[in-house]
Amino acid sequence: MLNADHPPGGAQPLIALRGICKSFPGVVANDGIDLDIYGGEVHALLGENGAGKSTLMKVLYGFYRADGGQVLVEGKPVSIDSPHDARRLHIGMVFQDLNLIPALSVAENIALFLPDLRAVLNLREIERRITALAERYQLKVNPQALVSEISIGEQQKVEILKLLLSDARVLILDEPTRVLAPHEVQGLFTVLDGLRRDGYAIVLITHKMKEVLLCADRISVLRGGHLAGTMLAAEATEERLITLMFERPPAGLKSGRRSQRSGRAAPLLELRGVATRAAGTGIRLQRVDLKVHPGEIVGVAGVSGNGQRELCDVVLGMEPCVAGRKYLWGRDLTGQSIRSMRRSGVAFIPENPLGMAMVPFMTVLENMALTRTRRYARHGGLAVDWAAVKAEVSTTAARLAFTVPWYALARSLSGGNLQRMIIARELTHGPKLIVASYLTRGLDVQSAIAARQALVEAREQGAGVLLISEDLDELFALSDRLVVLYNGRIVGEFDPAETDAYQVGHLMTGSEG
Amino acid sequence: MSGVGVQPPSAMLGRRLLQTGARYLVMILLAFLLFGFILMLSGKEPLPSIRDILVSTLGSGYGLSEVVVAMIPMLITALAVALPSRVGLINVGGEGQLYIGAAFATWGALTLQHWPAWALLPTMMLLGMLGGALWALVPGYLRAIGLVNETITSLLLNSVAPKIVGFLIFGFWHSAMDTVKTANFVPAARLPTLFGTRIHLGLVMGLVLLALFEFAMRHTVWGLEMRAIGGNPQAAQRNGIPLKAYLVTTMCLGGAVAGLAGMAQVSGFYGVLLLNFSTGLGFMGFLICWLAGGEPLGILLLSFVVAVITTGGNLLQLTRDLPYAVINILLAFTLFVVLARPAFFEGKKA
Repeated sequence: MLNADHPPGGAQPLIALRGICKSFPGVVANDGIDLDIYGGEVHALLGENGAGKSTLMKVLYGFYRADGGQVLVEGKPVSIDSPHDARRLHIGMVFQDLNLIPALSVAENIALFLPDLRAVLNLREIERRITALAERYQLKVNPQALVSEISIGEQQKVEILKLLLSDARVLILDEPTRVLAPHEVQGLFTVLDGLRRDGYAIVLITHKMKEVLLCADRISVLRGGHLAGTMLAAEATEERLITLMFERPPAGLKSGRRSQRSGRAAPLLELRGVATRAAGTGIRLQRVDLKVHPGEIVGVAGVSGNGQRELCDVVLGMEPCVAGRKYLWGRDLTGQSIRSMRRSGVAFIPENPLGMAMVPFMTVLENMALTRTRRYARHGGLAVDWAAVKAEVSTTAARLAFTVPWYALARSLSGGNLQRMIIARELTHGPKLIVASYLTRGLDVQSAIAARQALVEAREQGAGVLLISEDLDELFALSDRLVVLYNGRIVGEFDPAETDAYQVGHLMTGSEG
Repeated sequence: MSGVGVQPPSAMLGRRLLQTGARYLVMILLAFLLFGFILMLSGKEPLPSIRDILVSTLGSGYGLSEVVVAMIPMLITALAVALPSRVGLINVGGEGQLYIGAAFATWGALTLQHWPAWALLPTMMLLGMLGGALWALVPGYLRAIGLVNETITSLLLNSVAPKIVGFLIFGFWHSAMDTVKTANFVPAARLPTLFGTRIHLGLVMGLVLLALFEFAMRHTVWGLEMRAIGGNPQAAQRNGIPLKAYLVTTMCLGGAVAGLAGMAQVSGFYGVLLLNFSTGLGFMGFLICWLAGGEPLGILLLSFVVAVITTGGNLLQLTRDLPYAVINILLAFTLFVVLARPAFFEGKKA
């Protein structure tokens, strides 16, 4: 029933994976996975974090070496020991964080990747080939533009062009929509559609159900390193996929009643005409006015890199205001230290957990104490009360149903797990204002629901939340008020009930109407 | 790698001790092996020379005591590097801080010489630490406000400090007999010696500081915060740990420790402030700390080894007619071997 063995194209799969096994210390990422990939199909690999999707595809791309199992290309067993081997077999992969060199032009980046690159570059020729391909598949980019000057969406197009020009027949895309605005996602799907029609095999790694149902031909669901099932997209429904992804369907999000008083109570946070200094090529905030009331979730929509980090840092006190004032709990706290901001009840869930919140070579337990070291100091600082740290964080973690690997080094945790630890830590001390940047990035469906639920609960207890996200579904589901950040300014404010994703999406990308 | 974090860190201390010891032993053997080759090439017999080094230092109680005497300032200056290194600061200024610390302590010894020892010595220690700390404040502060890298400034200040000491000696403090040094310190200004040797109380100071350092880093809130800064300054800052304050404070503390080494040298070893009394003690401390990876145990061990090499080397000049440069070669080999860190005794790096 679950096995949809009708190939859309010919009878011979382009790629056949047989019994792929791969384990890392302490984790079995792939446990005997069989998978067929045909030419002319978009094959979605769906699964929660740590299900083994990326690992499986990195094995296919030669990035990891499998512990066991076989890869067959057009029926012939091959050994893929490096990405180089994979590319020779016409397999290409676009990673989550794109790998382009900012200082080089689009054409130069693509040239670097070509297998038959001659000693004397004929960039003109390469540009011609880029343009031809770009027109065929609606991947329009300017080949002469510097990568540093084009948007993330365009960079992704360049990555795809790179693979096409190097004769890849199998394109693996790892969470390609993560970095895109809604209308860009639509564009990507159009591109994939064109490629599929020309016989390319496309593997889409994702955990976004809606997208899968929109653009895939077949869907394979991984769970805990096993293949839970494969089905035709036409036969799939959200419920069926969720049942495959989890043993039991996750509880839905209780959004709860929105606070009625939010308009009237004095704001917890108020930014008045705040500006930050211009640092390097970064964005500076300009004349930002923003209020967060108690019992209110204010969503900040925007494509990342439009001032989100600066906004969080201003609230936290990391980034000084060069103009304007910052009021918290009705007091002017512009220029206060981060420690005093945290002590007075500001929690911060940053966009990049390992870079901005955790110390990689410390244990989780030690990391848990870092935001409030003085709270856990005993004997005037000569000792740290680790039992108290554990007790306090455990309570929060239990509420979220997260398990805490206390003595693991932070760097050994997966991205999703790390994010869970940060959420548990930041929600521990009953924060009054929560600044959450890309809260659910990297989280699987169940953890994401738990994290969102925790924010809703905090709101019900009267906390204010500043929620920064690119996921419009999340913003619409959670926010009581929605503002759009574009190029360092707040360019729009909406009631989520009275607006739609396209209106917000256009403001996000600065393309009016 | 993932196995490391499964048990609480304290359970691994014993194994860590053993591993560290074995690792350094192999490395030192390797360095001596290479040194032997060089001696052979220069037409000397390697074994007798190496035997000379070992016998003259480890072979007798007196030899051993002289090694310990040489080891004291290196041990302390190594610690002066290790402390700031935990927050990611590179303090190359141990030499300068040592000189200024010695100068401050000397001022105490000369002007307060009527004080009893129980008051004078602690005062001199504090003065030495104050001097070193002030000298380190300059690079520490400039770094904290993001103006200049501390490596450059602390290094450059090294050539200024001896000149200041020279100025003080020539200008004010020189004895009636001799212009390149002060008058001998009064007995109350001398650190007591131990076991009837030249080993002075500086050894105890060094060991106590080393133990304090280890304890502070491992168990206290400040150690936790410092490790956080060293591990990820950005995260530490966003978590509310006052980064700038720590940068300035740890740099000054490092300077204070180096200043104390200077005080120990003039009060314990020389009993007089001598022009250019240190030729690279601070640098040797830097080297030792670096080789030991900032680990207290490694610092203890390596400062002993380096002391063996330098004291033994002095003897080689007499017995084997070898130039002192040979000792630099041996030191360089030690450095080389430790830096190369052959994989087979790498073990698990925590």
